[in-house]
Amino acid sequence: MYDVVIIGAGPAGLSAAIACRESNLHVLVIDEFPKPGGRLLGQLHQEPTGEWWNGIEETKILMDKATTLNTEIKCGISAHHIEKTDHGYSVHTNEGVFESENLLIATGAAETAVPIPGWTLPGVMSIGAAQVMTNVHRVRVGNKGVVVGVNVLSAAIARELQLAGVELHSMALPASNPVTKNHANPRKVMEGLVRIAHLAPSAFIRFGSKFAKAEWVRNIAVSFYPKGGVKMWGMPIHIRKAIVQINGTEKVESVTMCDITADGEIVKGSEKIIEVDFVCIAGGLYPLAELASVIGCPFQYVEELGGHVPVHNEQMETPLEGLFVAGNITGIESAKVARAQGTLAGLSIVKQKLRDHKDINAKIQQAVANVQAVRDAASIQFHPGIDEGRKKIESAFEEYKIS
Amino acid sequence: MTNNRITDHPVLGKLENQTPVKFTFDGTTYTGFEGDTIASALLANGIRQLRVHEETGAPRAIYCNIGHCFECRVTVDDTDGVRACMTTIRENMKVDSGKLQAVPFKSKPEEWPRTYAEFEKSSKKDGVPHV
Repeated sequence: MYDVVIIGAGPAGLSAAIACRESNLHVLVIDEFPKPGGRLLGQLHQEPTGEWWNGIEETKILMDKATTLNTEIKCGISAHHIEKTDHGYSVHTNEGVFESENLLIATGAAETAVPIPGWTLPGVMSIGAAQVMTNVHRVRVGNKGVVVGVNVLSAAIARELQLAGVELHSMALPASNPVTKNHANPRKVMEGLVRIAHLAPSAFIRFGSKFAKAEWVRNIAVSFYPKGGVKMWGMPIHIRKAIVQINGTEKVESVTMCDITADGEIVKGSEKIIEVDFVCIAGGLYPLAELASVIGCPFQYVEELGGHVPVHNEQMETPLEGLFVAGNITGIESAKVARAQGTLAGLSIVKQKLRDHKDINAKIQQAVANVQAVRDAASIQFHPGIDEGRKKIESAFEEYKIS
Repeated sequence: MTNNRITDHPVLGKLENQTPVKFTFDGTTYTGFEGDTIASALLANGIRQLRVHEETGAPRAIYCNIGHCFECRVTVDDTDGVRACMTTIRENMKVDSGKLQAVPFKSKPEEWPRTYAEFEKSSKKDGVPHV
């Protein structure tokens, strides 16, 4: 019987494990991927300060701490079911059942699929797939590609592909269809683009970022968007062009690109064939929360957090006794926030286990403040309404406590 | 031989001191590095296609590369449905691509043949048998 089983060895799970091991709890961390680190492993970007955020190095720091504390970490294990028992939780995996008093689900996020015709051809992949191949496995995903979907994540990873010497033709929107919705709407995409503008060495985008809080300015920017796209790190970003189809028989051979109006409608006769051998589709992230759902944890849909999120409070507790959550399962934010949330969740688990622990409340309050401080200082914000989203989920928790 | 390896990286540095691991894919021997997944080792060797759609035969490869989409399922040492993106290569591992499967129950129940004669008739209509 473990004091806590932690599902997910990313920044949240590892930080929580460290906090628990520091109070000598009996901890097991499991992760499906062969290596610990989660999606932190693939991250590589330059902060506005000029410093590099290197996910492999950040993972090493966490793993060194966890190893020094003799933390039991098993990789390559998939949890496929969880049962609530009288004493806690039974975690069913492909390597047997693990019993635990407490459970932390830190499964992170998954990518929203943006289907466009031809997307099942070999050579089409999610933008995150390209990130892992490039930075973790050090394998080139192709010779020349195009990124479909313009958002915070895709711009960051497009830059990572460039750094690794992989050529990108451009970034453009997916063609409008019932599934692509906002991803195919230039006005909506512009809203997102201005949030990453401070990371772009481009006078045009920086100009936009100063005024973009006003909707009318954004509308002008969309209406007069340059035909050749706005260049970020030398690569054109098009929000008035869409990829309508991916072509090829056995693999990707080309894409069909069209001009679109400011409302995302295709301009007839504007089709152009662009030869590429890979395509990255970027639909943004949503919390990966199935495991919380199978135990019966209540959920709330919060758009600002990226989708359906398990109800939880500021201390990362859910309404189910002994069930905690941390990281992107609680809402889409940066790895730094996930790491701070992990530490907080770990401390909350310590409090749950050692009920008479004297100074733990002070530590928890400090950790809560730290999560907020890291959030406020984030250089990449996935959603502008993150604070409102957090308030919504916390009030949902209060409602559950009352009822 | 295709080599898609990123050996030099301006921030991550050089890729050095890798341990080679030999494995087979559909009977051909390939070399990857220790720590590679089946998907990364094959792509490093220029191989994208991992399977065909069981019913249509359309070619498929990785999509999400982190274990969620199951588009990369292959057969490893005779166990099928293994995710190539989540499975590390081992020396002498036998990997086979996902193949076309029989689809005996594709149609709706009301379209099912009631007699063998009906079955034969419907089979011939497509030119190829269903099984």
